[in-house]
Amino acid sequence: MTNPLTRKSWSPYVVGIGIGGLSWFAFATADHPLGVSTAFEQTAALAEKAAMPQAEQTNEYFAKKAQEGKPTKIGWEWMVVLGVFIGALLSSLFSGDRSTEAVPAMWRERFGGSVILRLTAAFLAGLLMMFGARLASGCTSGHAISGNLQLAVSSLVFTAVFFAAAIITSLALYGRRGSSHV
Amino acid sequence: MFDSPERLMLGLVTGVVFGVLLQKGRVAKFPVIIGQFILKDWTVAKVMGTAVVVGSVGVYALVASGHANLHVKPFLLGGVLLGGLCFGVGMAVYGYCPGTGVAACGEGKPDAMVGVLGMLVGAWVFVVAFPALQPVIKGLGDMGKLTLPEATSTSPWLWVAALVGVGLAALALLPSRRKSVADEQHRSDKPGVRAGSSV
Repeated sequence: MTNPLTRKSWSPYVVGIGIGGLSWFAFATADHPLGVSTAFEQTAALAEKAAMPQAEQTNEYFAKKAQEGKPTKIGWEWMVVLGVFIGALLSSLFSGDRSTEAVPAMWRERFGGSVILRLTAAFLAGLLMMFGARLASGCTSGHAISGNLQLAVSSLVFTAVFFAAAIITSLALYGRRGSSHV
Repeated sequence: MFDSPERLMLGLVTGVVFGVLLQKGRVAKFPVIIGQFILKDWTVAKVMGTAVVVGSVGVYALVASGHANLHVKPFLLGGVLLGGLCFGVGMAVYGYCPGTGVAACGEGKPDAMVGVLGMLVGAWVFVVAFPALQPVIKGLGDMGKLTLPEATSTSPWLWVAALVGVGLAALALLPSRRKSVADEQHRSDKPGVRAGSSV
């Protein structure tokens, strides 16, 4: 039997079952839903506190989080994000599914091969995306997977809105027929 | 400043497994994410749908048996609507979501890495602007940590059973042979065949 880790891809259903099972594990062991974007907010909050110590008094953010019992810290959520990086790194090394290209083929076909353009867009889009995730207090993992599996109304609405916005944006950028690369 | 070492280790183990799953599921790939949003590649929906169905059964069982609590995010209408809008537009341009963006960094992709820097700045903007954003987030109403069973005064198991039913029906009804991304990539590798190049 070949080692499944050396394969480049698994069935999406197997992966979905795995993520569902991992949610049980997270709830059972840490009493916490799987999530990614909270750790980014905590990192930013720690950086803000380090750079501007007076912010802890002037910005009600810090008092509010402490009051909710969620002080900014390097915790479980932060280690999950570090783990995602390590897990994907190991998985891609085992299978040889590595890519160091800055401009995805589909993007190049539509917007040209400029690395600067792609990286600028990725930076600004990452910024906007994370700002949105924190406005809604969750992202694809915290809302669309963990929130929906808890049958949360906020997560259902967030998922519907972000999918609609992403579909409209993608169709406007790439067209219904899309690139030959999809 | 830090959680207990045990909790940090638990988080790391959970994250490593999550990262392997995202990488093997091919959802840390630009053409798979964008392919979903132009409705040509259904990998993302299959992964997410299966995860939600499987996850709901186990998590509600854990809650019912007293081994875990629900952690529902509040339904702040303004935050969820505006947040979803920013998130969707950003994700469509970036080509990754926060989790898959981090996983794509693990695969070695430079655009994903720059996007993660952007995400850190985005989170910082949120923290700094937090006081000013409160009226926007809560302006349209705050419905609290509401779940579908609570909103309809029904048993959660009714909803979990419905999820499982819909999942199985989708599995049975979906066309079984969908062209994989890799197949099509091999088929036509020539640029400029795309319609709608008017922007």
